[in-house]
Amino acid sequence: MRIRRIPGEMEKVDLPDVDLSLIDPIIKKYKNKRGNLIPLLQGAQDLYGFLPPQAFEKISNDTGLNLSDMYGVATFYAQFRLNPVGKHVVKVCHGTACHVQNAGTITDSLKEALKVDDGATTEDGLFTLESVACLGCCSLAPVMMIDNETYGNLSGKDAVKIVKEIKISESN
Amino acid sequence: MEKTQVIVGLGSCGIAAGANKVYNKIKALKKVDNLDFELKQTSCIGMCYREPLVEIIDESGSYLYGEIDEKKVVDLIDQHIVNQNPIKDYVVKTDLFKTKDDVFFEGQVKIALRDCGYINPEIIEEYEERKGYEVIKKIASEKITPESIIKTVYDSGIRGRGGGGFPTGLKWQFARNNPSDEKFIICNADEGDPGAFMDRSLLEGDPHAILEGMIIGAYAIGGTDGVIYCRAEYPLAIKRLNIALGQAREKGYLGENIMGIKGFNFDIFVKEGAGAFVCGEETALIASVEGERGMPRKRPPFPAESGLWNKPTNINNVETFANIPWIIYNGAEAYAKYGTEKSKGTKVFALTGKIKHGGLVEVPMGITIHDVIFKLGGGIQNDKQFKAVQLGGPSGGCIPAYMADTMVDYDSVNATGAIMGSGGMVVMDETICMVDMSRFFLDFTQKESCGKCTFCRIGTKRMLEILTRITEGEGKEGDIEKLELLSYQIKDSSLCGLGQTAPNPVLTTIKYYRNEYEAHIRDKKCPAKSCKKLLTYEVIEENCTGCTVCAKNCPVDAIDGERKELHFIRQDACIKCGVCYDKCKFDAIKLS
Repeated sequence: MRIRRIPGEMEKVDLPDVDLSLIDPIIKKYKNKRGNLIPLLQGAQDLYGFLPPQAFEKISNDTGLNLSDMYGVATFYAQFRLNPVGKHVVKVCHGTACHVQNAGTITDSLKEALKVDDGATTEDGLFTLESVACLGCCSLAPVMMIDNETYGNLSGKDAVKIVKEIKISESN
Repeated sequence: MEKTQVIVGLGSCGIAAGANKVYNKIKALKKVDNLDFELKQTSCIGMCYREPLVEIIDESGSYLYGEIDEKKVVDLIDQHIVNQNPIKDYVVKTDLFKTKDDVFFEGQVKIALRDCGYINPEIIEEYEERKGYEVIKKIASEKITPESIIKTVYDSGIRGRGGGGFPTGLKWQFARNNPSDEKFIICNADEGDPGAFMDRSLLEGDPHAILEGMIIGAYAIGGTDGVIYCRAEYPLAIKRLNIALGQAREKGYLGENIMGIKGFNFDIFVKEGAGAFVCGEETALIASVEGERGMPRKRPPFPAESGLWNKPTNINNVETFANIPWIIYNGAEAYAKYGTEKSKGTKVFALTGKIKHGGLVEVPMGITIHDVIFKLGGGIQNDKQFKAVQLGGPSGGCIPAYMADTMVDYDSVNATGAIMGSGGMVVMDETICMVDMSRFFLDFTQKESCGKCTFCRIGTKRMLEILTRITEGEGKEGDIEKLELLSYQIKDSSLCGLGQTAPNPVLTTIKYYRNEYEAHIRDKKCPAKSCKKLLTYEVIEENCTGCTVCAKNCPVDAIDGERKELHFIRQDACIKCGVCYDKCKFDAIKLS
């Protein structure tokens, strides 16, 4: 269960800067359709890379969906994020086959190389490191996916090399 | 003479292995050298361990080449296409001569996977050429009744391929018995079992077979709307499904009065899942389609009476639907000819883990686990000792090597304490610690528990804590008994399949590998040398040549030492990844 407890006193947070008008076409498409909550959130996340607080409010105001229902759904499913992610999302597969083939080493090496914890984003905002359940490429285990590219038959060293190459190409 | 064809396997795993680069390279070569052949794409043929695969069909026959990279492909096109001289060493499958990979296909019977790897999934005509959509045409022309369709499905003996094993014909009959103005048919493509990928392969490789199965199902139960609930992690599958849906609508297989059958109106849309394993459970899946948290509901009422939007609903798995057109076309007897008394037909297994030939195989029910692993699968990687096989994912269990003669059918597998599940077969060798495996699965189910039932929510957490403690050398006497007690309580007190089966990996490993648990708890030792906290890596002085290979490969630079001098592992920095142990050519790293 992915519960994040709400602290007793709400901390003042700076709202991220987002263009809310981008959601309008999605709201138009799904408004008044039954079962629209998940597609609306998926659409919003596709736009911003995460779900900004203002987007919840806008969708709620425009469609009449309950904020609490939306928050309940957003925290239930693994796909939804409430915080911004790095430019590249590094998903290390921890399915059974990858686990058997030492997926832990890949995550450990990347944690060390990127100096981030699992699930966190690097200081420069380039990478977010994540563990995922299964990417469905079990016979190439261990596997990781960066953006939409999948890399198979990795060692810790390979994984670090791939990430470093992306970093170099970004700095050029 | 027909044009020579070059076909590249572009499934997700092929692409991960570099098939796109190979495809583009061939395209470039074709253009530069102005070569005369047809470049096509297909999907996965199941031979994942030889990806990327390139098939060349010329007038002499078909040659399937394996492990073709960007360099080899230049050679291949040059030799085979230009000089018309096939490179026999690269061939993994052909009708013209034997190859060492033929064992992979021997014993396979392809029903569900009949088209995977043979057609371009994005072209409907290629599916139609292989008897695709024939059944729907036949229903229209021969006026076959829904009742006789259900009877054929029932007589074939096919049982739900998603793991439940409920007879599909019976399920359809229940859904048919409930008249309604709206009735749903849902395809469960939320393949969450980590280690299984047959549904992905089917969705990517033969989407029309699934659509046709659903259309037949809708005709049989009186369905009005179809939903394919597909994991968002499978972008290629979703893309190809949507292409297939567009084509099927255009050809009149979907829509109103389908194929001229008056009053048969049916359409399908794809719903992207948002990532929750529990949504494999029927009622949780329905809640998710309705836009809610994917939490299971009480049964009865069963979905067949009151499912999606409180209307009668029938849910089947991808593989089940893929079998349906074949069964109706070839008849119940043709299907029931395969398999055992209570488990008919074939089953697709995803072979992964420490196995030589990892990939997808479709075998008749009743074959032994030994035959799947050692005949088709080619045995264990690096010829290590076969220890166990995990069947059924997080809901299943481990079957030890000495029980490898167990037949794969629903009842024989259930008798071992494992379940058939969706067909993930993760093969383990002597280096895998069974306590760590059950910790791994509990970690998964604990995270994926929806939280509705107390025993599943809190019980799995407590079990995980105990297992983690044991693997870290903090196990106590009585832990095993506590695990067993919790297991039975969770099984008895959970509403859905996730909770009822979550303790299976723990119970089976305790049943078959109790001594390993005891070694962790009493001796603080991991017999498989896998639990990191119980191990240290050290350099053996006499064997170290100072070659620097270990230091170079260490991902955290925890190894010091000058060239040609003794190396040393700094224990405080070591992450115990084992790379030095694997890389050392002089056996100079020891585990203790």
